[in-house]
Amino acid sequence: MRTFSLTLHVWRQKNTKDPGGFVAYKVPEVSEHMSFLEMLDVVNEGLIVKGDDPIAFDHDCREGICGTCGFMINGDAHGPHRGTTVCQLHMRHFQDGEELWLEPWRAAAFPVMKDLVVDRGAFDRIIAAGGFISAPTGSAPDGNAILVPKPASDRAMDAAACIGCGACVAMCPNSAAALFTGAKIAHLNLLPQGQPEAAARVVAMVGQMETEGFGHCTSTGQCEAVCPKEIPIEVIARMNWDFIKASADKREAKSRGD
Amino acid sequence: MQLDAKVPSGPIEKKWDQAKFDLKLVNPANKRKYSVIVVGSGLAGASAAASLAELGYQVKCFCFQDSPRRAHSIAAQGGINAAKNYQNDGDSVQRLFYDTVKGGDFRAREANVYRLAQISVNIIDQCVAQGVPFAREYGGALANRSFGGAQVSRTFYARGQTGQQLLLGAYQALERQIGLGRVTMYPRTEMLDLVLVDGRARGIVTRDLITGEVASHVADAVVLGTGGYGNVFYLSTNAKGSNATAIWRAHKRGALFANPCFTQIHPTCIPVSGDYQSKLTLMSESLRNDGRIWVPLKKGDTRSPSDIPPSDRDYYLERRYPAFGNLVPRDVASRNAKTVCDEGRGVGPTGLGVYLDLSESIGRLGIATIRERYGNLIDMYERITGEDPYKTPMRIYPAIHYTMGGLWVDYNLMSTIPGMYVLGEANFSDHGANRLGASALMQGLADGYFIIPYTIGDYLASTKLEKVDAAHAAFADAERGVKEQTARFLASDGKRTVDSFHKELGRLMWEKCGMGRTATGLKEAVVKIPELRERFWSEVAVPGTGEELNRELEKAGRVADYMELAELTCRDALARNESCGGHFREEYQTPEGEALRDDDNYSYAAAWEWKGTGQEPALHKEPLAFEHVHLAQRSYK
Amino acid sequence: MSATTADRISSFYQTSIGKKVVMAATGVILFGFLVGHLLGNVQIFAGADKFNAYAEFLHNTPSLLWGTRIVLLLSLFGHVTAVVQLYRARAEARPVQYKVKRNRGATLASRLMLVSGVAVFAFIIFHLLHFTTGTVHGDFKPDDPAHNLISAFTIPTVALAYVVAMGLVAMHLYHGLWSFTQSLGVSHPRYTGRIKASAMLVSVALCAAFASIPILILAHYVK
Ligand SMILES: Cc1cc2nc3c(=O)[nH]c(=O)nc-3n(C[C@H](O)[C@H](O)[C@H](O)COP(=O)(O)OP(=O)(O)OC[C@H]3O[C@@H](n4cnc5c(N)ncnc54)[C@H](O)[C@@H]3O)c2cc1C
Ligand code: HEM
Ligand code: FES
Repeated sequence: MRTFSLTLHVWRQKNTKDPGGFVAYKVPEVSEHMSFLEMLDVVNEGLIVKGDDPIAFDHDCREGICGTCGFMINGDAHGPHRGTTVCQLHMRHFQDGEELWLEPWRAAAFPVMKDLVVDRGAFDRIIAAGGFISAPTGSAPDGNAILVPKPASDRAMDAAACIGCGACVAMCPNSAAALFTGAKIAHLNLLPQGQPEAAARVVAMVGQMETEGFGHCTSTGQCEAVCPKEIPIEVIARMNWDFIKASADKREAKSRGD
Repeated sequence: MQLDAKVPSGPIEKKWDQAKFDLKLVNPANKRKYSVIVVGSGLAGASAAASLAELGYQVKCFCFQDSPRRAHSIAAQGGINAAKNYQNDGDSVQRLFYDTVKGGDFRAREANVYRLAQISVNIIDQCVAQGVPFAREYGGALANRSFGGAQVSRTFYARGQTGQQLLLGAYQALERQIGLGRVTMYPRTEMLDLVLVDGRARGIVTRDLITGEVASHVADAVVLGTGGYGNVFYLSTNAKGSNATAIWRAHKRGALFANPCFTQIHPTCIPVSGDYQSKLTLMSESLRNDGRIWVPLKKGDTRSPSDIPPSDRDYYLERRYPAFGNLVPRDVASRNAKTVCDEGRGVGPTGLGVYLDLSESIGRLGIATIRERYGNLIDMYERITGEDPYKTPMRIYPAIHYTMGGLWVDYNLMSTIPGMYVLGEANFSDHGANRLGASALMQGLADGYFIIPYTIGDYLASTKLEKVDAAHAAFADAERGVKEQTARFLASDGKRTVDSFHKELGRLMWEKCGMGRTATGLKEAVVKIPELRERFWSEVAVPGTGEELNRELEKAGRVADYMELAELTCRDALARNESCGGHFREEYQTPEGEALRDDDNYSYAAAWEWKGTGQEPALHKEPLAFEHVHLAQRSYK
Repeated sequence: MSATTADRISSFYQTSIGKKVVMAATGVILFGFLVGHLLGNVQIFAGADKFNAYAEFLHNTPSLLWGTRIVLLLSLFGHVTAVVQLYRARAEARPVQYKVKRNRGATLASRLMLVSGVAVFAFIIFHLLHFTTGTVHGDFKPDDPAHNLISAFTIPTVALAYVVAMGLVAMHLYHGLWSFTQSLGVSHPRYTGRIKASAMLVSVALCAAFASIPILILAHYVK
């Protein structure tokens, strides 16, 4: 088993108001089998025993599915490995003596709460604006009463795989939430069940996305490149198309948000 | 205390209808006058909160993650069962009911299980309507697979992310209600106590995990959907944050805790690689369909797997269970893995692992087919271990996965505290001593979408609740208790981290109360746990303050609860002198080494009453009658 | 009460998607002009007379000339206004910058759109002052565009400046011609590869053709 040492430069910030700054930590013994977060656990153990404040970072499932974890490692959202959340990133991808800069997701819409922990409530509000199909409990017809062509269902699933981690926003040079919002719109608007609200949905969700203060999309594709679920920017084009269509349709009522 | 399960009378297939008729209704115009607290936003909590809000109740929903979408249900992979019989292969409500009772090794309440099987059908409809992208056939109809050894294909799935998709469906329904202003959501807020007024649940005390603010929330009823307690073992397939605090503190306020020793171990997880290990990752058991499990025949054989000729391999499951082979149920597969490792034949650097070998299937079906079936899983395995399962066998080992035990609830899902309901993995209701694959998701959603909306109305309509506000002494007391605990942790000048205690507890539990349990071991544990608890309180180091985001403080509170729950779990295991489902007492086995139940003496749910720290809890029994599924020994030979 | 058309357009434009639609549409118009402009300009290779005849034709058809100019001006105005608004909002969207920046999966062209755009803007101004008004042209003859062209490009620095400008236009168009399909929602993953390849081909070909004018003049192929 290979072990090696690293230097971490970690963004430390006590709370939203604190200006924050980098603090360097030497990590003398990193095992190649550790996950990145386990490596941080070890650093934290050391800090706690010394009576210092451990580095705060978000995580929960440590399986790459809950979307809780995430920060920048040397400018890469979730680190350098494709299709991988930081909780699934293992230390074998790093070299002895490397210096790593850990920074929180940076976007006005994602205020830093502490160290590497940010508030992604904006994503929930985008969903609340229209990222659903209104199907009150009990009102559903038989599951097979609605046939869904397999290709549509598969594509909906591709988009629905989004874990809402925020890496797309973090990596985007404009801090756009287009991939996140587009993924949910694609998931729901591709399905027959999603049709009745398709136009209202896109108008409301895009409206909320704007209100939250995310930037615009320049089609650079950096979001797609770091998305742990490899969601393609095709979903952004779909969102744009649906939005243009919904906006052009005279009969469509105004967004439900206002 | 007399446990009244409130099971309706009448034939089993009519019970739920009868109950729905008997349950009192709240006038639609009055619903908005009632407030309900839902703790938890997993499948159980989110579905309940959304459905209750749709009915018109004022709902407050809490979760400790930064968003309700991140509840641990998100991690479920395999699928969800429903007795739809879309495959025309002989499934029915009756069969799902039968399989669940039998799979639970006859330790579940028949009436609840029957209702679960009935409702399973509606769940799929509901989820499809919400846009859950279940797998489909080319004709556009829903696809199914067979799962966990079931003989019919009744499992609905969305790739390997069924839990995620179901949860997102419930979460979106919940967000819709939040957007409409009918649910107030409190993310990053942890429930730290339950508040009773006049013996009824009337609210909770919470801590805001960002600001540290301790607050009281008053309501007319409280619903807990806070998930399982598998993390009492430290290493498990559960999310790091999954915890028992909500149910444990409710237990200390009077809710009975049932069958804590019924814990499920999943046979196919990635083995531990070192001390720093923080959790265990599940590899879907579907891999057992095409993977052969083996270890070297001889002890201490350190050759690489490719150098071990077939004659030196022991395909122990195929050898011992010729009929079921590698597809034996979870508990049987797990126990056998432990046995061969205990014999010194385990593989990998720690010796705690067995091979799951896909090579034969790759030879037979081609690598493309295997990739299509398991590509995602194999990628995940490779990401974690750095080994390529297409070339070398995977290493797997059992891990704690699910807890069948939980707070005792009656047929209406109400705990022994009036006005407090418990849903999903947090209750003990439907799985007996062992849960079948793809049944937890079904249960969580049945509870949340289709049971609580009916049963809670009955309580509210038939109970006269006095007006209470947060200034009430009971709330002030509870808040004080919470603050005192925080202060106590922060005041300790210990030198050991919370995690180090948690790991020590977990190791002890795994050894004494894991896959194989003995009276001697359990007795030892019952002595050692309180000692460890003492040391924990005096030696734990919790840095920082209470008025900020303080993860160590959060963890300390949870571990404090595990220290008590662990003891109860061992006591329960010790009191149950039989083997059943996930509870394997080595003293009670058949000559072939199979679990040996004792139906004459242990056909009951063990519901424990809290008597104070360090005090022996009191045992109450809910006898279980099996009128529809006949008691039989499980056999997989 | 239903919203008026004006309201609807305004709320559409208020979103970043609306602004990008304007950018995409105006960008395509400007691109269309570039194609037409090139077809006109390459007539220099057929000789000065031919070229001058073409210029004269334009000047004698004021509806065409001014029609085009107005459309172009409006397009440029729309394009640039949207840029200014979007990039203002962009600055607010990330108040604290990263210490370490990486660009994964992004082409240089896509990252330098603002730079290439501003350069193109500067070039357009220069170009107008150079060949339309003659303000910065040392030897400007209002009635002899061919002369203006050839005399300018025999100065190596001027020729070089135009070649560089064309390089920047090519870069801008390479990303722009793919990005506009995204902005208008007409891209499709099946064709993404082909769209990007065509964008590359078209932008390079177009700008190479433009750049050939100063180069060939400088090399005295055109006199
Ligand atoms: C890896 C894995 C795979 C699985 N696969 C399957 C499968 O294929 N099929 C199947 O049927 N089952 C599966 N299961 C089991 C199933 O996922 C769970 O049993 C089920 O999702 C539990 O749902 P729940 O709603 O009860 O709880 P959870 O989803 O755990 O939700 C608990 C909620 O309670 C909140 N909470 C907890 N404590 C507090 C507190 N003190 N204060 C405030 N909020 C609190 C949390 O924030 C969370 O929102 C799997 C489990 C695991 C671990
Ligand atoms: C010949 C003139 C021009 C043409 C043909 C042109 C074309 C285009 C096209 C097709 C796009 C893609 C639009 C989209 O993403 O939907 C674009 C984007 C862009 N243009 Fe231009 N453009 C021209 C001039 C300018 C000028 C003068 C500026 C700046 C002052 C400019 C700045 C930009 C910027 C910054 C973008 C990227 C916008 C973003 O961030 O998404 N362009 N251009
Ligand atoms: S911790 Fe859940 S995705 Fe990383």
